[in-house]
Amino acid sequence: MIEAVWRIESARLIAGLARMMRDVGSAEELAQDALVAALEQWPESGVPRNPGAWLMAVAKRRAIDLIRRNERFEHKLGELGRELESEVEVEASDHGAALHDHIEDDLLRLVFVACHPVLSTEARVALTLRLLGGLTTDEIARAFLVPEATVAQRIVRAKRTLAKEHVPIEVPEADERVARLPSVLEVVYLVFNEGYSATAGQDWLRPALCEEALRLGRILAELMPEESEVHGLVALMEIQASRLRTRTTPSGEPILLLDQDRARWDQLLIRRGLAALERASALDVMFGPYALQASIAACHARARTPEETDWGRIAALYAILGRCTPSPVIELNRAVALSMAFGPDIGLYLVDELASEPALRTYHLLPSVRGDLLVKLGRAEEARVEFERAASLTRNERERALLAARAAECADRSTTSPSS
Amino acid sequence: MRCMIMIKADDATEAGVLPSEELLTAMGAYNEELVKAGVMLAGEGLHPSSKGVRVRFSATERTVVDGPFTETKELIAGFWLWQVRSMDEAIEWVKRCPNPTQGESEIEIRPVFEPDDFGPAFTPELREQEARLRAQSAETR
Repeated sequence: MIEAVWRIESARLIAGLARMMRDVGSAEELAQDALVAALEQWPESGVPRNPGAWLMAVAKRRAIDLIRRNERFEHKLGELGRELESEVEVEASDHGAALHDHIEDDLLRLVFVACHPVLSTEARVALTLRLLGGLTTDEIARAFLVPEATVAQRIVRAKRTLAKEHVPIEVPEADERVARLPSVLEVVYLVFNEGYSATAGQDWLRPALCEEALRLGRILAELMPEESEVHGLVALMEIQASRLRTRTTPSGEPILLLDQDRARWDQLLIRRGLAALERASALDVMFGPYALQASIAACHARARTPEETDWGRIAALYAILGRCTPSPVIELNRAVALSMAFGPDIGLYLVDELASEPALRTYHLLPSVRGDLLVKLGRAEEARVEFERAASLTRNERERALLAARAAECADRSTTSPSS
Repeated sequence: MRCMIMIKADDATEAGVLPSEELLTAMGAYNEELVKAGVMLAGEGLHPSSKGVRVRFSATERTVVDGPFTETKELIAGFWLWQVRSMDEAIEWVKRCPNPTQGESEIEIRPVFEPDDFGPAFTPELREQEARLRAQSAETR
């Protein structure tokens, strides 16, 4: 039960303390201290009626102790005292709203600090899950299949870097905010993707990570309701997550989009995704990369059968996305969409044009797509070579098995009907 | 995990008495909290059972029974669908809910089936899909 309280309260607690202490590291330590106090006292005294306020009161008391003990921070005491006083006033006059804005500003500041560009992506991910998601170091380590010590190290170093670089605990203004929002969204989408299509290890999916990312995304959408791309990201994740339960067989092998049982797609998540996409489009006519990807996902979500898919629209959306964020991977996807709309020949032509891209040299989906197109063109032996190459390039074991099976299928076909 | 949170009916909800402004405000604030925490997926309030209908099944027979229904305490007046990490988290959130009625009331939490919970029941259909595995492309991931 205490764990559940922590899960609900920790982000707000740390966010509030970070503002007061001007330091994420000590804010987290104080919050942890308060948690330890709860673990000691609640089993006997029972869970207080307002556990969040209890934790905050304990943490604030310790904050004052800490500052008193440390003379170097003496000047901060005055500031903290004023903060606490003003807070008490707000709480006393409590008509909710003011206090609420306060908490939301605190949280938003914490978001931008945890995702600050001075930190490596890995550090941002770990810090965000820890500070905003309320996950323990051990939970993060298990989710990302890395040793707990590695995650602990990342978090310690990240906090040290934030302190060393004097990163202010604040929400960046205007232009800087536009520049820094992508580093926030990237962290959330990275967590989602790690769950949606695990890049390494035995499992193709780790749904718990998708759920964490979705939850973070939904929280961000409420903290920054005026940012079109935040809703775009939420839309993208909701729609992709709608397919989670149809993406694998019971034994864990991947089932690809066109083979999925669409009747089992989660209509609630699809509706939520489409609604988020509408919020995005109401804010901005020019979609950013997340809203564009969400629009593509929405094309699939709207098609009741694979045949109904509007591949022409998907190809057009990829073209816009490619201009917005040029990438050979997007070009590869556009080639696939065009081949679905106009036949495998054009797809193969475009894919071959991409073959020299250095970025795609070790990307398993290039030979995989090429193999697929060759199968459609009846060139089984060439397709086999491509699938084998793709199998040797992927780091996901499930995917490797699937690709190897397709290679074997092609081998059978080319020996039984040598004419093709 | 997902949970369905069911608010039980009472005499007032069954009589179609609308909640007080005070309760509406408190519920509004609570709903906002749930949305802001990324917990709420869906939620609706229901009309009293006098506006409801039951279809009773008996072998091949289907009989339509009009409301109201008598066993008030077993009826539901509203529901939420939440995404939480554990039953404990759902319980903790429910404890924070304003009392939905003036007096005694109950809110029931039921975990929603996840694909894993179905066990072997789903396998034949899925095995068939497994056999149909074919098209592989970047787009269709």
